[in-house]
Amino acid sequence: MITLALYIWLLPLLAFVIQIFFGKRLPRKGDWVSVGAIGISFVLAVVMFIRMLLHYDPEFASHAVIPWINAGTFKISMGMYVDNLTIVMAMVVATVSFVVHIYSIGYMEGDPRYNRFFAYLSLFSFSMFGLIFFDNLFGIFMMWELVGLCSYLLIGFYFEKDSASNAGKKAFITNRVGDWGFLIGLLIVFTTLGTFNLIDIHELVAQGKLSGGLLTAAGVLLFCGAIGKSAQFPLHIWLPDAMEGPTPVSALIHAATMVAAGVYLMARISFMLSIDAMLVVAYIGGFTSLFAATIAITQNDIKRVLAYSTISQLGYMIMAIGVGAYQAGFFHLVTHAMFKAGLFLGSGSVIHAMHHAMHKVGVDEDPNDIRLMGGFKNKMPVTYYTFLIFTLALSGIPFFSGFLSKDAILGGTLAFAMAQSNPVHYLLPFFGFTAAIITAFYMFRLVIKTFYGKPKRPDLYEHIHESPKVMTGPLVTLASLSIWIVFTLPSVNPLTAEHGWYYHLVQKPETAVHGALAPTEIPEHIEHVAHVNGMLISIVFALSGILLAFMFYFWKKWDVEALTKKIRPLYDLSYHKYYFDEIYNATFVRGLLLWNNMLAWFDGHIIDGIVNGSAFVVRNVSKFSGIFDLGFVDGLVNATARLINRVGQTARKIQTGQVQYYILGALAGLILIIVVTLI
Amino acid sequence: MPYLIIGAIVFTLGIFTILYKKNAVGILMGVELVLNSVNINFIAFAKFVDRGISGQVIAIFIIILAAAEAAIALAIILNIYRNKTTVDVTELNEMKN
Repeated sequence: MITLALYIWLLPLLAFVIQIFFGKRLPRKGDWVSVGAIGISFVLAVVMFIRMLLHYDPEFASHAVIPWINAGTFKISMGMYVDNLTIVMAMVVATVSFVVHIYSIGYMEGDPRYNRFFAYLSLFSFSMFGLIFFDNLFGIFMMWELVGLCSYLLIGFYFEKDSASNAGKKAFITNRVGDWGFLIGLLIVFTTLGTFNLIDIHELVAQGKLSGGLLTAAGVLLFCGAIGKSAQFPLHIWLPDAMEGPTPVSALIHAATMVAAGVYLMARISFMLSIDAMLVVAYIGGFTSLFAATIAITQNDIKRVLAYSTISQLGYMIMAIGVGAYQAGFFHLVTHAMFKAGLFLGSGSVIHAMHHAMHKVGVDEDPNDIRLMGGFKNKMPVTYYTFLIFTLALSGIPFFSGFLSKDAILGGTLAFAMAQSNPVHYLLPFFGFTAAIITAFYMFRLVIKTFYGKPKRPDLYEHIHESPKVMTGPLVTLASLSIWIVFTLPSVNPLTAEHGWYYHLVQKPETAVHGALAPTEIPEHIEHVAHVNGMLISIVFALSGILLAFMFYFWKKWDVEALTKKIRPLYDLSYHKYYFDEIYNATFVRGLLLWNNMLAWFDGHIIDGIVNGSAFVVRNVSKFSGIFDLGFVDGLVNATARLINRVGQTARKIQTGQVQYYILGALAGLILIIVVTLI
Repeated sequence: MPYLIIGAIVFTLGIFTILYKKNAVGILMGVELVLNSVNINFIAFAKFVDRGISGQVIAIFIIILAAAEAAIALAIILNIYRNKTTVDVTELNEMKN
């Protein structure tokens, strides 16, 4: 298994290296390199999946480790860990990635940086697989950052457009803010437990080495990383802007895989979440799901609606992990990956057609705007039917995969609320069910506005046509994976996946947190009651949401415009995304710029002042020193010279040249000698 | 004894003459005085010390030497006069400095 995992992981890296250096020169710009690599990875993932099914073992785990850093007490080892969760996740990533690669052949045709796009797609696949396969938080963090980088590169792919490059930056920076929390959480884990390895952490936490407030803090901080990566409130701001990237990117990264990395991380560390941490997770997830749904109602850009929908669905998954409905959350990750990727690819198909039409007509408007669409179902049947299937799945209608997973989550939240003593926790299922009805509403609003009714722009409508097979093929593939049967076999019960082959593939790991902070166990009968009730409520809500959408937009029984005018303030709030971008800009961005200016002033005036001042002091000291040197020392030397000169001048007078003088001297000496000898 | 004293006085006068005379010939006269004072000493000793007539012999030596030396000195002074047209010793200061 590990070798399979290694191949799956490293093949896209090889493709990336080849693509990025030689892509331009290869025939067809090397798209077959990337598609080939991901194709082989896909096949290997299928092999891994089938193997898991054939020898199914709920406790299966395969592990291989290499010591990496070994510096005395500081040890980090890298390893691959493959268990059932990993295999299913790998299957999802491989499938969506493969499908998107093929789709991109059609969508990105003619783009001047075609080869680079595929290189980045390969790099992304490599990083995502790495994230899944690593056994330690440090390796996961490395891959986490790498997927963030790929996201940045791909969002800003059309970097000539300011909005695109800004969106890339926004995505990366917002992610980074979340990663700051992630890092602190990592540090807490490492300093208390001494290891990043998930299996060791599980054991050590169960032994109580990390407990109490610190454990909760670690859990919440690691969740911060997921808040950033999975675009939860308050770090959701980057995902709508990330729609500036090409649509295959939105499908791969921002619907199916990268944003699911946050949920995957939460699933992996769910064993170390204390009840308080889980509540934080659940509430943020729940709030996000409702919050994003309310924004999606008013958006007019087809991709923005889907982006907010993604944020909302991620909220569901996070909430599920938070209430302990581990299997439900992961199930939703899988189904969501399929139908959301499908929705994005479908919207890409529509945008592609709009682009061509606008080119033909010579119009320069936004091809994503649904107000310019209408009635496309006759012109793009395959796109329409698959889109409809995806929408039904997302809205949670029975007979589709989305219903199974969403219902499982909603039932889980209801069970959680019922099992808690505090009735405030009924807020969580409230969030979930309300978001469900709103989801159904805005998705069908989207479908009606795009595919039904009379075309709003007949000039564009004329030139709309179906997309090539290389683009509709993936759509059909994903649609077939969004039908309920796929997940409920051998049973054909459309209402629950409990008896199917899929649901029990991934077992919820035993929690390692015991004692006061342990997550609550939910008794069986409450679960059952909650699930049945949840199912009924969710079906009713979903259908009413669809009904509302039709009433407003198709049958035009109720006037949208009048209602909008009546609730203008609410509409504005929703349309402008609750002004979050503006708030962040005014506070954090301005604050940071202010701080930067202050520091710049400090550096320019004070630090430079000190430097200049010290230069001034040095100059003067050296001047004084020079004076000292020249004046004193040289003076000394000169004085000595003059003294000797004087002495010499004086001594010279003895040499008169007169012999009589000399005789006198000799005589004096003689007398001296006589006197001395006599004495 | 008194002879020695006379000898000493003449010696001193001779020294003074050497030192203070400007004229070169005057200095020569002083040299002669010194030599003669030495002679007086020797003769005195010859008379009163029992050593034979050694003193008298030396005195004669000294007179001869003085004569020779005076001749040479006068020759030198003559040459100096030829070169410098003066016999004033204060003018002869080429060894100065």
